[in-house]
Amino acid sequence: MGWIEENMKSTHFRQILSQAISLGMVISSALIIWKGLIYITGSESPVVVVLSGSMEPGFKRGDILFLYMNKDPIRAGQIVVFNDGRDVPIVHRVIEVHEQRDSKEADILTKGDANPHDDRMLYTSSNRWLQRKYIMGRAVGFLPYVGWLTIIMTDKPIIKYILLGALGLLVITSKE
Amino acid sequence: MHSFGYRLNGLLTFAVTILALMCVIASLSDNLNIPSPSAEIQIMNINWFQKQPKGSDEVSLTMNISADLQSLFTWNTKQVFIFVAAEYETRKNSLNQVSLWDAIIPAKERAKFWIRSSNKYRFVDHGKNLRGKEFNLTLHWHVMPKTGKMFADKIVMSGYSLPEEYI
Repeated sequence: MGWIEENMKSTHFRQILSQAISLGMVISSALIIWKGLIYITGSESPVVVVLSGSMEPGFKRGDILFLYMNKDPIRAGQIVVFNDGRDVPIVHRVIEVHEQRDSKEADILTKGDANPHDDRMLYTSSNRWLQRKYIMGRAVGFLPYVGWLTIIMTDKPIIKYILLGALGLLVITSKE
Repeated sequence: MHSFGYRLNGLLTFAVTILALMCVIASLSDNLNIPSPSAEIQIMNINWFQKQPKGSDEVSLTMNISADLQSLFTWNTKQVFIFVAAEYETRKNSLNQVSLWDAIIPAKERAKFWIRSSNKYRFVDHGKNLRGKEFNLTLHWHVMPKTGKMFADKIVMSGYSLPEEYI
């Protein structure tokens, strides 16, 4: 009993507590920035990594794309990211739009620049067209190569654990 | 304060920040370029125009496409993606856009060209509305940079129409 009280009163306990709080602050500010980006860009995932080579030579595997979404209508030529219930979203270009007069709902067809055929075979549940609700955002900007870190971490999860472990160790052992 | 770890951390942070800043400046420099592209499309021939067994109209046509897009290229341009789309209205749809042909221009020297081609992608309607239909042909281009913001624009050419009866 006396030993526990002694420990609680020592400054060692305060140091651990303040380090835990700074770790919490770092994590919360990262979360705030991420959620803020989602709000500003209007897209559920404001930054995506290009995973396949279907848009080469424009986008290569490992590039990252910045997305933006607003109420403007979808038009042919826009590069969109869509997810109609699949594991990973797809980044392709819109090649056909049929927009209805009254409801403003549109049927959309997409195709990767480097693919010989359109995406009809890829759409889930035998849809022949995409609707606006499946589209998560339009690509407005891009940075090359930066996404390779995410691809490596997904393909070899061990690297993700090593990185996280090293980061955690750094935070705990730093004296500030 | 002078350990290897701290120095490496400081160096890496500085390097990443400078690289990001350079990418942003490169992208902003694209705004200084004022493009003045020109294009012309002629329909040489309507090859055939039929109703598919499933009930939709389909057209095959041959076009002469000539364009000068050299002014779109800057030092930060990786490629320009262009495509030709037919745009028209129908009773049910206020807008239909169907892409007929596309190409990738990898360098400024190839941006002034003339090509005769039939439509690469099938011109199929969402119904049976194409007989006698008037439509626009638009040449769209999408400038994809080495880093940064992408630009897209188009030239609309109007006055094309399809025959009144199936061929």
